[in-house]
Amino acid sequence: MTDLAFDVAHLLGALVLTLSFALLYQRRLTTAINVVAMQAATLAAAAAWQAVTRDSPHLFATAAIALIFKAAAVPLLLHWLIRRLNISGTVEPVFGVTLTMGLGVGITGLAILLVLPITAGETLLLREDLAFALAVTLIGPLLMIARRNAVIQVVGFMSMENGLILAAVGVKGMPLVVEASVAFSVMIATFIFGVFFFHIRERFDSLDVSRLEEMQGERHG
Amino acid sequence: MTTLLIFVAQLLLPVAAAPLLTGFVRKIKARLLGRRGPPLLQPYRDLARLLRKEPILADNASWLFRGAPYGAFAAIWLAMTAIPTVATTTSPGLGLDLIAIAGLLGLARILIALAGMDVGTSFGGIGASREMTIGALAEPALFVAIIALAIIANSTALPDMSRAMSEGVGLRVSLALALGAIVMVAIAETGRIPVDNPATHLELTMVHEAMVLEYSGRHLAMIELGAMLKLVLYLSLIASIFAPWGLAHGGGAGDLGAALGLWLTKLAAGGFVLAVFETAIAKMRVFRYPEFLGAALLFGILGVVFLYISQHLK
Repeated sequence: MTDLAFDVAHLLGALVLTLSFALLYQRRLTTAINVVAMQAATLAAAAAWQAVTRDSPHLFATAAIALIFKAAAVPLLLHWLIRRLNISGTVEPVFGVTLTMGLGVGITGLAILLVLPITAGETLLLREDLAFALAVTLIGPLLMIARRNAVIQVVGFMSMENGLILAAVGVKGMPLVVEASVAFSVMIATFIFGVFFFHIRERFDSLDVSRLEEMQGERHG
Repeated sequence: MTTLLIFVAQLLLPVAAAPLLTGFVRKIKARLLGRRGPPLLQPYRDLARLLRKEPILADNASWLFRGAPYGAFAAIWLAMTAIPTVATTTSPGLGLDLIAIAGLLGLARILIALAGMDVGTSFGGIGASREMTIGALAEPALFVAIIALAIIANSTALPDMSRAMSEGVGLRVSLALALGAIVMVAIAETGRIPVDNPATHLELTMVHEAMVLEYSGRHLAMIELGAMLKLVLYLSLIASIFAPWGLAHGGGAGDLGAALGLWLTKLAAGGFVLAVFETAIAKMRVFRYPEFLGAALLFGILGVVFLYISQHLK
């Protein structure tokens, strides 16, 4: 693989991870949605670049799925939901942004230390892509833990899924049907989340998921 | 002989250009707000007026209060000589690198903060406390960014970095992250808008102005010129690392002239971007500084991690 091909792939992979950190930093709901859309678009670019350099046209389909569904359709839907439900713009984190970002850096280090030894002997790009992908996949749930807002839960979920696709892009021979079904399940999940928004909004007059604990009946501790 | 001339030029030019840059940024900001704004040369007139005036000292002001403006200005000026503005041959024999620059700027900050507390007014104290908080948060971020750059360029000396960068180091996301970190640190250190507002005397939000509230006359002139020079310093620093095109490597007169023109253009471009940025966004709450500078630190760390991966594995 030429230097340029590697540099661009490295750039795009690292950009996806950096956008994950941008999500952790972000307090505004609409901007968080835009950032995750940007992440999906970067992912699409990464997939397309792989398709060009590795001469595997089926990755173009992956790129198209990422671009159409995750960079356009789902974010538009979320924006529409926010306007429709009149949700306020800022989300207060459960714990401090600095702590969350510190945890994010820890996760990234962990992912790298974990992936590099077990992929010894593979191509450089694959090892790097897998390390970044694992980090992105783990930062998604971290975001879901660190915010109580239901919309951010969807954003974290989508970011996690971006990580999975990034891993799939790096690995040779990932069947397209798997990617398509993952993308489809994200779409379905977003719809379910949408319905769920309406319901918890109706019941609690808020999108704070910690209110759901009231539904557990008796609380321990 | 040429080396000496270049050195003298790089010593004097930034100081001469600093008030002009500040005037330019103020002018652009005023125009963007639909005002006419003060003339470009107004900062020179302000400095001349301050120099003519008699400094008023508090009764309990010590030698530190009188000496700090000169010390701080000298430290910033010395740091400025280490940055290649026109040619990559800088400060012969001094061997100042990026770490030394960070140290000199830290020295300037400590002097001003101590002077702010010297007279014992509450404003000086609150300004000094905030300034040191910003410094304590910004410096780790700056150092991590320096590490990232040093890994790429194999040196911490700025002339070597400029040379390495202009030879091309490939497409690196770490460079973009280091740029982000340094820009954020520069905004915090020069007291520009999301962190401090250079144009305000509104009591509760000011940092730099609160510290130097007790100063007047030539002391204030030195502090103001130091602050203006610091802006030139950071813009030149960023330009010399991330946009090193056109720096003269030899001593040809044509090269030097072109490099001088390019440097002024880069400064103007940086000042314009700064003015637009400052007009577009609002000042941040004091309690959010740690998040802002924490993000800068994070950018630096991510840059180093990415570099580690791509270089360690190759």
